[in-house]
Amino acid sequence: MAGLLISRRNLLLGAGGVLATSGLLMRMTWADDLPRGGRLVVAADSEPRTLNPAIVASNGVFFIASKVIEPLAEAMMDGEGGLAPRLATSWEGAEDGLSVTFKLREGVTWHDGAPFTSEDVAFSAMEVWKPLQNLGRVVFANLDTVETPDAHTAIFRFSAPTPIQLIRNALPVVTSVLPKHLYEGTDIAANPANNAPMGTGPFKFAEHKPGEYFRLVRNDAYWGEGLPKLDEIIFRVLPDRAAAASALEAGEIQVAAFSQVPLVDLERIAKVPGLKVVTEGYEALTYQLVVEINHRNEILADQSVRQAISHAIDRDFVVDTVFLGHAQAATGPVPQNAPQFYNPDVKPYSFDIERANALLDEAGYPRGEDGKRFSLRLLPAPFFSETRQFGDYLRQALGKVGIDVTLVNNDTPAHLKAVYTDHDFDLAVGSPVFRGDPAISTTILVQSGIPDGVPFSNQGGYANAELDTIIDQAAETIDTEARTALYNDFQRIVVEDLPLINVAEWGFTTVASDAVLNVGNNPRWPVSSWADTALAS
Amino acid sequence: MNRALTLTRRRVVSSIPVLLIVIVGTFLLLEAAPGDAVDAYLLSLGGGDAGLVAELRQSYGLDQSLVKRLTLYVGALLRFDLGWSVAFDRPVLDLIAERLPNTLWLMGAATALAFSLGSLLGIVAGARPGSLTDRALSIGSLALYAVPSFWLGLVLVLVFAVDLRWFPTAGIETIASGKTGLARVADIAWHLVLPVSALGFIYLALFLRMMRTGMAEAWRQDFVLFARARGLARRRIVLSHVARNALLPLVTMLGLQAAAMLGGSVVVESVFAIPGFGRLAHEAVSGRDAPLLTGIIIVSAVLVIVVNLLVDIAYAALDPRVGSGEASS
Repeated sequence: MAGLLISRRNLLLGAGGVLATSGLLMRMTWADDLPRGGRLVVAADSEPRTLNPAIVASNGVFFIASKVIEPLAEAMMDGEGGLAPRLATSWEGAEDGLSVTFKLREGVTWHDGAPFTSEDVAFSAMEVWKPLQNLGRVVFANLDTVETPDAHTAIFRFSAPTPIQLIRNALPVVTSVLPKHLYEGTDIAANPANNAPMGTGPFKFAEHKPGEYFRLVRNDAYWGEGLPKLDEIIFRVLPDRAAAASALEAGEIQVAAFSQVPLVDLERIAKVPGLKVVTEGYEALTYQLVVEINHRNEILADQSVRQAISHAIDRDFVVDTVFLGHAQAATGPVPQNAPQFYNPDVKPYSFDIERANALLDEAGYPRGEDGKRFSLRLLPAPFFSETRQFGDYLRQALGKVGIDVTLVNNDTPAHLKAVYTDHDFDLAVGSPVFRGDPAISTTILVQSGIPDGVPFSNQGGYANAELDTIIDQAAETIDTEARTALYNDFQRIVVEDLPLINVAEWGFTTVASDAVLNVGNNPRWPVSSWADTALAS
Repeated sequence: MNRALTLTRRRVVSSIPVLLIVIVGTFLLLEAAPGDAVDAYLLSLGGGDAGLVAELRQSYGLDQSLVKRLTLYVGALLRFDLGWSVAFDRPVLDLIAERLPNTLWLMGAATALAFSLGSLLGIVAGARPGSLTDRALSIGSLALYAVPSFWLGLVLVLVFAVDLRWFPTAGIETIASGKTGLARVADIAWHLVLPVSALGFIYLALFLRMMRTGMAEAWRQDFVLFARARGLARRRIVLSHVARNALLPLVTMLGLQAAAMLGGSVVVESVFAIPGFGRLAHEAVSGRDAPLLTGIIIVSAVLVIVVNLLVDIAYAALDPRVGSGEASS
């Protein structure tokens, strides 16, 4: 059955070129052929404290909540502008950059049967995204009002010109719409619906058994025709990574996303009959491996020392050994799979130990009698096994050019405090996420004047007036081409001056049963709605 | 019965200052660890601005001084209110009430397994010290005791869950099965077989060794010699003279094990994804959640005190010298 479907799909893909049908139409045709029904059991490595993606826009929350609560638009590989419509069917920015008009989907109802209208969008934007949401506070900082001329139109008005490019790129992440009638007049942050979400999505929240599972059930009144395909999705809490691999092999779960099966086990598990390893579906969720630098340390404030460090890192070796090939060497602060912004002309400092040694000699740090030039403290983030392993590698790599590195390993709260509040580090290994647009959480990594205690921001005290100007200009540049050009410069300067060092960029892997269809078919797959995910019987 | 009451009262009174020290100590220790509950939470947020971080600290009262937080907490405790968990954003009491039964089942079953099978095998080994059976059991138990419980758990999962598929790999019961009554009990028991084995077998070795040593010593006692001289059947000597005497220290051990097993269950609960007390404690530490961790420690302390009290009462019943000794001291 599965084989038959896949060959049908290939046929349709081939025909697509000739017919030049839109991607959406093609997907819908394909969706009609999918089997219906079944329970999908998915591994979840932790339980998010809230399930409200409008307040906490993070992958951990989206993983479960994105099936229940929908954004205005979702990412899509071949969609127009990289987007697929969800609750909004179109979005248009005014020429002066002061407003964006959204046309909203008609005939959509909330899970309790109430109609979805522009009031819900206006409420979510003004009362939740702008004042409460971790990322929305940045994107919608200049949002003044949301007008609702009719039930299916929402006009966002800004106090300062806001690039439509930024809004568009931010749509999948920051625009989860909440039902106004459940939240209005309550303490939004403490609303019980944050833990039992209600939305317009293909699945309805059914129950949460703490420590065991979350259960979602099919929404029969979903607006997508013939969707969703599954009857039920269960997110089973499996904190131990080995437990997830065993449960997959024993057939107790069908999907483990976000590399919950560790890289070292992938080769073995790929050979288990009935299981497949899928690397697609993370294109818009790129994590970056970076060396964060404390510029308050006067040695590191010297550009040639930073260049020497960059020359000392063998990026290809890191990709091959730390990531076992499941990553790409980074060239700069924008990942390769963000084609809208990626500047291919920027090349990082090559791996060149001789050059690194020469630079350090010239900078006035000759080797001492013990072969060491100076000492640094390195704090690898404990977030991923890869960030820790890269810390070990960096210590050795820098040792080869005479830099004596002491590793300081902390757990998560201690690491965040040491790096982002106390600045008690020389080098740190971090893992920021590229979220579709440099303005969302990339420029903050190098911008000056960030107050203490802001996580995943420039806490190294780096300041570069030229870079700051570009960042400020890009924030208000309406013209998409001009804005893209600014970010091309941004990449050039960051790679040259090295406020931080980009080493690698990686997506995750999904291990799934062969019976699960449409795995990884959009660039944010694990955090998308799964309306077209199906189980072959 | 009177003796039991006196014992209980004395234990309760003496445990109050201990609990107070534990509460203050836990607060101070978590305070000394770098980072607070908001730091721990920030990773899951994945980013935010300065205002957000300050607002979060304020809303959880983390911007207040340690003394103020401690006073508020102890004040609430006096009203039997265990406080609010920052990491889970729920009342501590609810969390504990939800998780404790799972761990009690796990620990209870593992202890029963370790104690019964351990002492039984100990009797077999100690019946003929130095025999081939004795040596085989001794070596086997030593090897078992040297194995970490997580490793044993993983091996059990690979063999009995992944390869043979006799038991589920993880969890406390079948997910959303809608089972009730006896069917549910059977389901939970089926899920507990592997984790109970992983936890129980390690302590089994301990009981086996103790029983065996106790018996080997008893064989040299005068009353055993006398019994042998009287020409009693070997079987009878082993059971009612040697084994009975060797059993007493095992009962003491049972009380001590209650505390150790609570620690061991952290690992087993993680490997088998059982939403228990041990895993909750782990989450409380990594979330820098002082009220939750303190609540867990208080409940654990009470649990250990109760178990030890029960053991003492049982001991007094088994050995009349215990009660009289305590009365005179």
